[in-house]
Amino acid sequence: MSAEDLTGAEITIRCLQEEGVKHIFGYPGGAVLFIYDELFKQDKVKHILVRHEQAAIHAADGYARSSKKPGVALVTSGPGVTNAITGIATAYMDSIPMVIISGQVPTHAIGLDAFQEVDTVGITRPCVKHNFLVKDITELAATIKKAFYICSTGRPGPVLVDIPKDISAEKFKFSYPASVSMRSYDPINKDHPEQLKKAIRLIMGSKRPMVYTGGGVILGNATSQLTRFVQMLDFPCTNTLMGLGGYPATDKQFVGMLGMHGTYEANMAMQNCDVLIAVGARFDDRVIGNPKHFSNKDRKIIHIDIDPSSISKRVSVDVPIIGGVSNVLDGLIKLLMASKEKPKQEALKSWWAQIDQWRARDCLKYDRKSTIIKPQMVIEKLYEVTKGEAFITSDVGQHQMWAAQFYKFDKPKRWINSGGLGTMGFGLPSAMGVQIANPKNVVACVTGEASIQMCIQELSTCKQYNLPLKIINLNNRYMGMVRQWQEFFHGNRYAESYVDALPDFVKLAESYGHVGIKIENPNDIEDALKEAFKLKDKLVFMDFITDQTENVFPMIPGGKGLSEMILI
Amino acid sequence: MENEAGALSRVAGLFSARGYNIMSLTVAPTEDPTLSRMTLVTVGSDSVVEQITKQLNKLIDVVKVLDLSDGDHIECELMLVKVSALGKNRKEIKATTDIFCGRIVDTTDTSYIIELTGTCSKLDAFIDAMGHSTILETVRTGASGIGRGERALEVK
Repeated sequence: MSAEDLTGAEITIRCLQEEGVKHIFGYPGGAVLFIYDELFKQDKVKHILVRHEQAAIHAADGYARSSKKPGVALVTSGPGVTNAITGIATAYMDSIPMVIISGQVPTHAIGLDAFQEVDTVGITRPCVKHNFLVKDITELAATIKKAFYICSTGRPGPVLVDIPKDISAEKFKFSYPASVSMRSYDPINKDHPEQLKKAIRLIMGSKRPMVYTGGGVILGNATSQLTRFVQMLDFPCTNTLMGLGGYPATDKQFVGMLGMHGTYEANMAMQNCDVLIAVGARFDDRVIGNPKHFSNKDRKIIHIDIDPSSISKRVSVDVPIIGGVSNVLDGLIKLLMASKEKPKQEALKSWWAQIDQWRARDCLKYDRKSTIIKPQMVIEKLYEVTKGEAFITSDVGQHQMWAAQFYKFDKPKRWINSGGLGTMGFGLPSAMGVQIANPKNVVACVTGEASIQMCIQELSTCKQYNLPLKIINLNNRYMGMVRQWQEFFHGNRYAESYVDALPDFVKLAESYGHVGIKIENPNDIEDALKEAFKLKDKLVFMDFITDQTENVFPMIPGGKGLSEMILI
Repeated sequence: MENEAGALSRVAGLFSARGYNIMSLTVAPTEDPTLSRMTLVTVGSDSVVEQITKQLNKLIDVVKVLDLSDGDHIECELMLVKVSALGKNRKEIKATTDIFCGRIVDTTDTSYIIELTGTCSKLDAFIDAMGHSTILETVRTGASGIGRGERALEVK
């Protein structure tokens, strides 16, 4: 292709086209007007207009989490960027590949407190994998190429490219680099044959093994390798909140999610195992609780992770294996196949017997005969009605935990939630991104009346693009998780956690042009869900009036250890 | 690290965000103008220093990280001290400066400016020897370090 002179705005759009970007989420403003003008002139990259920049980032995030492509967002300078920060931090904490393009005031105005100026590179620095301020048109295309490369390789994460308005107007010949080489960034996987052998030795010698996997398995597209590995060994497997769907939840070797609201059997097995194989997980505080309590028990830990800084950060590890989880698991599977040895079968049998005893504790039981709707039952019915096939996004709080506990994810990338940052307001906009990436699939957003109101304006976006989401609002009139902590740890003083003056969600949905249903009787849950999911081309807002006093169990109180659960 | 605008603030930001200490930090371009070299002095347990090293390595602008205290190394810091120099004190200050191999680089009727290089502890010792009542002002660059021997921190 011969080089031609294009404006910075044209170059930006051409770069997106070269990257195969089909959808971009954004909101226009002064500093990005040239870029929007170029978007207008073409039809390869479709722009989705949100109602608030936070939602643009969450939508791009949901798009990335539910597909194999990075999400892309476009926002203007100043408040456009500051509104986007929550979304960017959310993506950063969960290592989501994303490119954010932001407008900036013209280069000659930078630093002069210009209208809608903010130090974007400075303000986003702690919550991006990397960011760039493009000060020279000659570097624009190469910078965007780098942004896509950095965001999706190694441990993924959001990368921001800040483009001053004059750069988007200036002209330069366009050529998109075919590849990127950076001396300071080399995410290439190396093989670690010796570490793999050490791991196999530990696995073969184990009596109470446990496989614990996190978001790395989902991001690393390693679910088939993980499933094979776990099933070859007949080991128990648990997933973190971010790792759900990494191993099929309906399989008998799955012991449920672990952590603060994990199952009794998962947490007990995690605490009492003698060899722990951690795959793409980072031993965070919501997963293992107090690291000192966790380390009280003697166990050997094999830790597979792409990010060296995740290794021995909170818990010291015996066999670290740094690399992409799918590569490493492939290596381990090869060694297992070649090995004549098998793990100690007798010991494994009695370990399973112990786990089954813990399972019999039935830690997720709840009152199924209640005349008030139990939120758990809504999720169970949602699972049945959607046959476990839906993409489920969630907001943050009790409803998120119930969705994680009661919706059995057999496939990866179906469970979309803000695990790291815990961002209320994530559910609805991320569901929009999921629906756009997966137009033929059923997408439901499990939320609560507090979370949903943090990005409720996106009901308008859903109307504009005919996104037939199903919103499951578990409405208990409280910020449920806050209320639960106040009940357990603050003497039942429900400081500011009661949400007064709620809108009529049915009417609200209708005013945005959607369908609203209010469900107050447990006997109506199933029919209402069936009816809603039959409306294939409509967004249906289901307002379930649930038990105000229901709590999430099991629960590990903050600072406690894995085996110190509060059980029902 | 890459000699890019903002690279320094990425490092400084990492330290404050993760609660690590910076005792001193020096940075300047190298013989290759596209690269800057930074010497950073920090304190922490082995595991903290390991985390610091890993986190620094993760920064995209950082090309290479080396813990100089892992091996033999030379470190050097420059200090300028303005002292009050009156009467018979002037001789004494000159003598102490000579002992420390420092130089007096500016003088007035009542003051000297002394230039001194060496390890951080040598500079500390000089300050102690001078006495706080004598010192009007000090400015220190922070340590620069380099490994001993042929082994070099190279960038391919």
